[in-house]
Amino acid sequence: MRTKQLSSLALVALAAATTGAVSGPAPIMAGSITGTVTFTGTPPKMRPIDMAKEPTCASQHPTPVMTENVVTGPGNSVEYAVVYISAGDAGASPAPSTPVRYDQKGCQYVPHVLAFQTGQQLEVYNDDQTSHNIHPLATVNPEWNKSQPPGAPPIQASYTKPEFIAVKCNIHPWMHGYFAVMGTAHFATTANDGKFTISDVPPGKYTVTVWHEKFGTASQEVTVGATGAATANFVYKALPY
Amino acid sequence: MGKLFGAIVAVIAVISAAIFVARIWWLPADVSVLGEGIDHQLTETMVASGVLFVAAQLALALFAWQYGDAGDARPIKIFPGGATPMVVIATALVGIEILVLSFVGTRIWGNIFLTPPDPSALTIDVQAEQFAYYFRYAGPDGKFGTVHPELIDEGSSNFFGLDPAHDTAARDDIISASLVVPVNRPILLRLHSKDMGHSFFVPELRLQQDFVPGLVIPIHFTATDTVKKEIVCTQLCGLGHFNMRAYLEVKTEPEFEDWLKQQSQ
Repeated sequence: MRTKQLSSLALVALAAATTGAVSGPAPIMAGSITGTVTFTGTPPKMRPIDMAKEPTCASQHPTPVMTENVVTGPGNSVEYAVVYISAGDAGASPAPSTPVRYDQKGCQYVPHVLAFQTGQQLEVYNDDQTSHNIHPLATVNPEWNKSQPPGAPPIQASYTKPEFIAVKCNIHPWMHGYFAVMGTAHFATTANDGKFTISDVPPGKYTVTVWHEKFGTASQEVTVGATGAATANFVYKALPY
Repeated sequence: MGKLFGAIVAVIAVISAAIFVARIWWLPADVSVLGEGIDHQLTETMVASGVLFVAAQLALALFAWQYGDAGDARPIKIFPGGATPMVVIATALVGIEILVLSFVGTRIWGNIFLTPPDPSALTIDVQAEQFAYYFRYAGPDGKFGTVHPELIDEGSSNFFGLDPAHDTAARDDIISASLVVPVNRPILLRLHSKDMGHSFFVPELRLQQDFVPGLVIPIHFTATDTVKKEIVCTQLCGLGHFNMRAYLEVKTEPEFEDWLKQQSQ
């Protein structure tokens, strides 16, 4: 995730000048949006996943792993929520050249929710001693599914349109995750403490949206000042069923 | 040449029969109440067809040995009355054999597929899908929640399509990926398929039944030993068919009750 946080224009200019990472006029990247995603109410109980039919995976989990549809942390925090700028971004940002990594490990998807940009390279690894068949259920982007035996090279893919894509394995029905394909460079996924930081946000007025696979979406307006950090906290209302 | 052929046929027939008589590559040990009847029926069938098989092969060998072309230009002899009565007699004999075996076997077939299970049977729902089995127990309230196929969501472990938000009976239903049953207690399985034809096969229970999407197919058994055995799919159901399996775990009654309690927590 983006943890780098630059606090002033001078720093940005200095960094650009010393590393040569930015060519041409340095973009104004001053602020950041931070916040916490929490819930009120009672969230659904997660269930243990029984992997008995796949002994090579079951043996990797001394205690059964739980489903990850709603993962909460201390202080009613919500993990795996994707927070992003949904309006107000000036122009499209080019996708980073570094690929993102998605692992099939112990018959689970790691991380459960993977956020990346449109056009960014996605690499899917099979770390298990069994075959997987990854099937992202895209509806806006082209849908595909690919088999990957143990030891096979990573599957390469990318998406051109923003979409939240549920991912399943056609061999192991309990495997479940999400791709959050972002049309912006300004996004973050919450950690177990529910916190997120969207960095390198130029000053301006934005709509910030949070997405969670069970709790849905919510938005709020945020203004980022010339030097400061803006805050956007989200509270979901959770129901047990 | 006829003598060589006769000798080879006789040797093959005797070795084939010996493999069955000596029970090399025989069935795995039976652990079900109905298994004994099935094994008995199977043995009867094997003996009946085996005796005929050996007799027919030895007769063939004898005739090849005795009457094979010796290169002495003997005229070919015709079976008395020509081929027609021979074919009619053979067909009738084989037909009668099959009818008798079917008739004798009907009782054991009926015991499994046409007789309702004991009323005290423990009911377990089975959901087959590409490429796993899931088993549902009614939970502490003894009631199964209603199934809504449109609510099936594997990612949330809702393999049966339950609606706990509106259906209180569904809230305590226990879902397991292994079929855990108490020993010596009749079990009624209700087979559902989410997507296509699958099969429930446990050789040790002598039980094999297809799943058909849209049908709820009941089968029942009583396990007689505390064992852990594999349940395998024997209908080719797609890419992961090779990997479609689950485990049958037969526990003692107290162990089973403990397991149920653990699951409902």
